[in-house]
Order: sequence, then structure tokens, then C-alpha cells
Amino acid sequence: MSVEEMVLPGNKEAALPATGCVQEEVYEMVYHRPATLVEVNMHYCPGCAHSLVHKLIMEVVEELGIQEQTIGIAPVGCSVFAYDYMDIDMQEAAHGRACAVATGIRRLMPEKYIFTYQGDGDLAAIGLAETLHAINRGENLLIVFMNNAVYGMTSGQMAPTTLPDMVTTTSPFGRDPMQSGMPMRMAEMVATLPGAIYVTRQTVNSANAVRKTKKALLKAFQLQQQQKGTSFIEVLSNCPSNWKMTPVESMQFIGEEMVKTFPLGDIKLPATTD
Amino acid sequence: MEFKLMKGNEALAEAAIRAGCDAYFGYPITPQSEVLEYLAREMPLHGRVVLQAESEVASINMVYGAAGAGFRAMTSSSSPGISLMQEGISYMAGAELPALIVNVNRAGPGLGTIQPGQGDYFQATKGGGHGDYHLIVLAPATVQEMADFVYLGFDLADKYRNPVMILSDGAIGQMMEKVKFPDYVIPKKDKPWATTGKPANRPRNYITSLHILPEKMEVHNQHLEAKFKAIRDNEVRFEEIATDDAEVLLVAYGLSARICHKALDLARAKGIRAGLLRPITLYPFPYQRLQELADQVDLMMSVELNAGQMVEDVRLAVAGKVPVGFFGRMGGMIYTPEDVLQHLETIMQEQYVS
Repeated sequence: MSVEEMVLPGNKEAALPATGCVQEEVYEMVYHRPATLVEVNMHYCPGCAHSLVHKLIMEVVEELGIQEQTIGIAPVGCSVFAYDYMDIDMQEAAHGRACAVATGIRRLMPEKYIFTYQGDGDLAAIGLAETLHAINRGENLLIVFMNNAVYGMTSGQMAPTTLPDMVTTTSPFGRDPMQSGMPMRMAEMVATLPGAIYVTRQTVNSANAVRKTKKALLKAFQLQQQQKGTSFIEVLSNCPSNWKMTPVESMQFIGEEMVKTFPLGDIKLPATTD
Repeated sequence: MEFKLMKGNEALAEAAIRAGCDAYFGYPITPQSEVLEYLAREMPLHGRVVLQAESEVASINMVYGAAGAGFRAMTSSSSPGISLMQEGISYMAGAELPALIVNVNRAGPGLGTIQPGQGDYFQATKGGGHGDYHLIVLAPATVQEMADFVYLGFDLADKYRNPVMILSDGAIGQMMEKVKFPDYVIPKKDKPWATTGKPANRPRNYITSLHILPEKMEVHNQHLEAKFKAIRDNEVRFEEIATDDAEVLLVAYGLSARICHKALDLARAKGIRAGLLRPITLYPFPYQRLQELADQVDLMMSVELNAGQMVEDVRLAVAGKVPVGFFGRMGGMIYTPEDVLQHLETIMQEQYVS
């Protein structure tokens, strides 16, 4: 059943057949699937927040009416298939190279909206140089950094953001900071670079948090119009499959454990906007 | 237009502007830094993009992004830097992105030395990165060709949607010669696959080298192979010097071909009927012409600034019909024409070719 065929509140044509005793009512449309999100089953594991954040980005693109002006870059990782789900022009990038690829596009198309969508292994390990230098140059980009503390696609290895003592397939006795260092706080790190204009850490473990993440995404897309620098949105996300938790447990883990290492909130706000 | 006296690297850089290069991304490395320096100065004057990247890994991926968006993009480096780019080059070949990559070959392996070498022949012609792919590889022997092959390289890249490499060396890059530039060109913008932003009237475009279903991956690889076959069928380029009556044939490209040209004159003066075949495209390689010449000459000798790489292709071409000798020097040391002649005479004696 397509969206058009569905009986939606507020869709007059599809309203229930009128009978003698029921008056036709008109409802306000309060929610719909964004048309910019391709209507296919996603490959993500049940309960994974990638699909949710994909949808938030596509909602913002739809609401701003910038589908034709938006180009996304998704490098290697669970979200490498993002181009199957986001109905915009996209480039798949090599592992860690999204910010370099985005720079190449940005320099030639200064008027477009360009975002990268990167995981923690990609952005904070193999792609650290490309990420920091793109931000230091103040490339007019939105970097969406999905931090779920593990390498998801390769089945749950330790990432630069893995919490101390957290068990992964490559830290079977828990992450030992003496061996592997402490988790990297990317948002705090990139906020020190002059090219970063907006740095925030959000999550998606509650309806309220989801709304805040969407608001941050909207703000970052709007900032691109001003061409002032890089926006960096870190999203604390989950990985129920590799954390060996139920989706609900994984969302609780974000709120109870991850936020201790990765505190939520704005880290750097643009100077010239409200 | 008048002739100009220019360094090879600078002629190549000037040609990039004239051939409609929209963007150059590079990283300093000897002996090719003049390309980045020249373009850093000149590209902005033409409203083009130039950017010094944080690494060769970044610069090739910037080229990826720009090429994927439909622009003429290029980078240049020298051997160790080209090694760093191999990941990106493989991705570009897989995603069918046209771009120009210049390798001003120095002598290796490892950090090696900054003097000229031809030790990157295998890397350039056999793929270089992971997976089944080839670059179209052009080997300039003059400063003029450093300029001309930029035009040719961009055109071939666009024609086949495949990265093209100019495989030069530290001598051709650094030497000054006269050069005459072709006119400015405005490249056609017919790249409907490019990620320019999705309008309502077409499906979204995406650039990828990922095909997770093996059935689809195989179809894509077969498509690439068909393309490489078309390249082999249509794009072989070489130059022949004094091959009409040649009894012995020198095979050499780039700087080595210049030295062999002089060695050929010395040989002719001594009554040795030597000829020279200079491959201009190292991929596709002139197998067929060498096969034909194997019916005519008694002996071939491949002359390279390495331990013997192209000689393997020469031997593949002649398939044992005639003996194929090799002469080379390594590590930035360059042979003289006299050295080449002496080695040729030695091989001729060994093979009883008189």
C-alpha cells in the first residue's frame, strides 16, 4: 500500500464512507513519511537508530524544499547504503574519506547543501585527518557523526569511542584504557577548531531527544546558507545487535552510560545567529 | 601561439588550465611540487579551484568528489604519494569516475630518492590498487607531450569514464624545453550521471563502487572489462623510429626513449640497423605491433630505469619468437646512450645477431 492509498487522518478523499449518522470530519495532517525518503525496507537491524536519523535528515530536506540542492556523502560503514534510502544525489566514499570527498564537491558547487553521514570508526579513527582538516578549513558542510561506540558493519569491534570496560569482539575483556586509550570526545575536539561554527551532541533515545536532534539538523542546514563554516552534529546512537541488548535496553544504555562519557548539549554555537 | 621555454611540470600545469581543468587538489612532493605551486598561483586567476590537501589520501578523494559531481578534476604527485592514492584510484575505477592523475616518477622503493625512475611501471599499468581495473596510462617523453597529454588524458577519461594517469618521471618533469600550447578548450558538460542535485524529473544519481550482491558485482566487473577491451582495441598509441629496415629493436618509453633515440643514432653510425619502438600508451600496451615486429627483427631490448618491468610485456608480446634482452639502471642513476649501445652489442654477441 502506498502512502497515497493509505487512509490518513486529514485526507478527505480517503476518509471513512459517510453514513447518515456520521458527520464528515476534517483532520489536520500531523505526520507523514517524508517524500524524500525512499519507500523501501531498510537493511538496518531492528531497533537501530540509523533509520530514524536518515528520516530526520530527509524531513529537514523536505521541509526546507532543498532536495534538488542537496548532496549527501556516506562512506563505508553500516550507512554505506544510505543512497538506497535518501532520495537525493549521493556519493559513496571510501572508509574515512567522506570529508575529503565532500570538500571536492563543495569547492565546485558552493551553492549546494552538502552533508556527510559518518560512523565513529570512520570519522574518529581512519578518517580523523580528513575530518579535522576539512573542519579546520571551515568547509561549509554539515557533518553528521553517528556515535554508537562500536564498528557496527563489521560486527561490533572496538571503536575510538568505545567506553572504558565495554566488551566488544576486539576488547573481549572490556576496553582497557591502558592499552587502547580513553574514548575520543570528537565534538569537544572539533569545537576547538576555528572552522567549526556549530558543534552539538544530541541523541535519539526519547521522543524529546529526537525532536532536539531534528532541530539541530534544521539549524545546521540553515547555517549552510550563510557559508560561515562547518556544522558538526554528533548523535549518540545505539547498536542493539552488537551491544547484545534489546532495542529498549540499548536506548536506556545511551541515557544511563554513554552520556557520562559523552555529555549532551551544544558545545559551540554560531556567533552571529540567535 | 609562440613557443615557450618551460619546465615539464609547469607546462603540464599550464595545459591543465587550458584543457578546462575545473579543479586541482594536490600535496607537495619532489619532483613535482611545481605543478601545485604553478596552479596555486594561476588557477584562481581563471576562476578555477585549487586546494592544497592534508595528504595524498585526501587529495585523491577530493578529486573523487569533484569528478563525481561532473567536473574536470586532477591531482599530481610522485611515487610515494601515488602509492597513498591507490585506494582512491581503485574506488574511482570502480565507480567509473573520469579524472587525471599525474605521477612524476622518482626512484624507489620506500622513500627512495627524488631522482628520475621508471619503477612505477607495474603499479601504473597493472592496476595499482585492489581489484580488477586498469588506468589508461600515457607516457610523455618531452615537455611538449607533458602539455599535450593533459588534453588527451582528460578527453580519454571522459570518453571511457575511467581515471587516466600520465606517467612521467623526474627528468621530464624538471627539464626545460620549448612547448607550444593548444588552444583553450571548454569541455562538454554532458555527464548525466553526475551528482549535481536531484531535480524532480530524474531519478537520483549516486556514485558508488559497492555492489553487495555478487551477481550484480560480477555484471559490473564484466562491464568494466568490456570497457578495458574497448580501450585496448582503440587507444593503443606508440611511436616508431627507424623500424623500416631494423634488425634489432629497442623498446623504451619516456626519458629512456630519448636516450635510446640517441643510442640508435650511434648504433646506425656503426652499421647496426637498430630501430626504436616507443610506447606512448603503457596501458593499453602495443602488444600487436611488437608481435608484428618480432617477425622482422632478430632481437629486442627493453631499456628502463628500473630492474626490468616493461620487458615482461615485451616478452608477452613476442611470445618467444625472438630473444628479448633488458638493460636498466636504478635508484636515480641514468644510463648514457653509449651505455645502451654497449649493452645492445653485448646482447647481440650473446645471441649471435650480427
